[in-house]
Amino acid sequence: MLELQSIHKIYQRGTVNETCLFNDFSLTIPDKQFVCVVGSNGSGKTSMLNIICGSIPVDEGKILISGTDITSMPEHKRLRRIGRVYQDPSRGTCPSMTILENMSMADNKGKPFNLMPCVNKKKTAHYQELLAQLGLGLEDKMGVMVGSLSGGQRQAMALLMSTMTPIEFLILDEHTAALDPKTAEIIMQLTGKIVAEKKLTTIMVTHNLRYAVEYGDRLLMMHQGHAELDLSGEARKGLKVEHLLTKFNEISIECGN
Amino acid sequence: MTLLLSVLEQGLIYAILALGVYITFKILDFPDMTVDSSFPLGAAVTALMMTKGISPLLTIPASMLAGALAGVLTGVIHVRLKVRDLLSGIIVMTGLYSVNLHIAGRSNVQLFMNDTIFKNPLVSSLSFEMQTYVPVIILAALTLLAKVLMDLYLATRSGFLLRATGDNPTLVSTLAKDSGSVKILGLAIANALVALSGCIMCQYQRYFDISMGTGTLVLAVASVIVGTQLLKGLRFLRATTAVVLGSILYKGCVALALNFGLSPFDLKLVTAALLLIIIVLGSDRKKVKRRA
Repeated sequence: MLELQSIHKIYQRGTVNETCLFNDFSLTIPDKQFVCVVGSNGSGKTSMLNIICGSIPVDEGKILISGTDITSMPEHKRLRRIGRVYQDPSRGTCPSMTILENMSMADNKGKPFNLMPCVNKKKTAHYQELLAQLGLGLEDKMGVMVGSLSGGQRQAMALLMSTMTPIEFLILDEHTAALDPKTAEIIMQLTGKIVAEKKLTTIMVTHNLRYAVEYGDRLLMMHQGHAELDLSGEARKGLKVEHLLTKFNEISIECGN
Repeated sequence: MTLLLSVLEQGLIYAILALGVYITFKILDFPDMTVDSSFPLGAAVTALMMTKGISPLLTIPASMLAGALAGVLTGVIHVRLKVRDLLSGIIVMTGLYSVNLHIAGRSNVQLFMNDTIFKNPLVSSLSFEMQTYVPVIILAALTLLAKVLMDLYLATRSGFLLRATGDNPTLVSTLAKDSGSVKILGLAIANALVALSGCIMCQYQRYFDISMGTGTLVLAVASVIVGTQLLKGLRFLRATTAVVLGSILYKGCVALALNFGLSPFDLKLVTAALLLIIIVLGSDRKKVKRRA
């Protein structure tokens, strides 16, 4: 279970540009829940993910995982149990290393990075199997530098890499936003499959309302640092993109834009 | 022949330095000014130990350790105290100047009477003909050893993390590792190699001079760029091999230029101009590296 307890976050405190993003924001996500988060720009979606992962500090409030307070735990230690995929495909892979090298390195997450050789040739077949399910032909390019791959190919790899070791949480930050519709579809299907197979607690931020309706079992619509909509179970059944769009427009009109 | 030998010898000594700088400059993308003082640091430690009559072989691990500490210091200042990369190096470089003077005892130490790894009873027992080639053989072996060890290291899990840190620090965090600690480790390894190069240089020229570090970084960066840019076409060459060859090539060019009447006064000016030309011609400026 992941809990955010009365989070306060103010950006640029003490300047004329001071913006209060979260004012007493709380959220509880039970284990194995797949939460889709939508909302306009600046509504606090990505900040929420950054706060969970420890990329930015909070001013007040607590973050708990299964009851343990992790508020002061540094980012890299939290990410031990969390897989994260960013919007920018280049952030999830190493461009100057080959596909095999990237996969081998990701496979070592959670184990010590010591003086053992990193690439284990025996595992190549296993990596190729994983890559083959993408249908992008990456399994035949194990020696190719990742930097020469397309954004979609890199993002697919980033998703595989962040979920190949045992993790409990998966954080997806608009991970299909930079991709063409077809590739985005492939990545989303793969996401759904991985989350179901590994039974991961997942938070997915997306601007694609259709994905938000089709995937997951809970939907949050964020607005000015709070959840305007929070639908799960019965309330979420039969939800259509049109409903969300109507709600979205209502919020925007309130804001005057 | 003498010219060729001395080019090879000096090129090989500076190759170890260039291998170290390759780690910071190319892999970590860190302009590490520490080098200008960790090079003479290695030499100062060597001079001190040799004047105390300690075996020249022991100066090697000692100076490497000293260099590694200098690197750790720069790393901690940069990573933990959040000082900019270039400034952290300059701070340590400035401070080490005094430390080097303290270690060596004075600004110039002559070691003409002492045994070195190049000149000792064992070497003297060889024929005169053989003795001419002893330095180049020892240096080739040392440089090869450093290169092979570095190749092996870069293929380890720790080495992969080092490469990833320069490439994409976000990924390192995602792998649940602290990219700051990896940076400190990289700086330690790099400066250990730099100090080793200083140690060998001190034994080779048989004196220590406080000013021997001036321009070390530029010289090393020139070797790295000459190696990695000019030999880029030869895909079968490992980057580390290219750096070693680059260092020898660079020394060769300098020796040729001096031989053809370039005044030593103009050497640094020509070096700077050449470096600029190589960087501009060889840079893949379109590929702007994103910094996360």
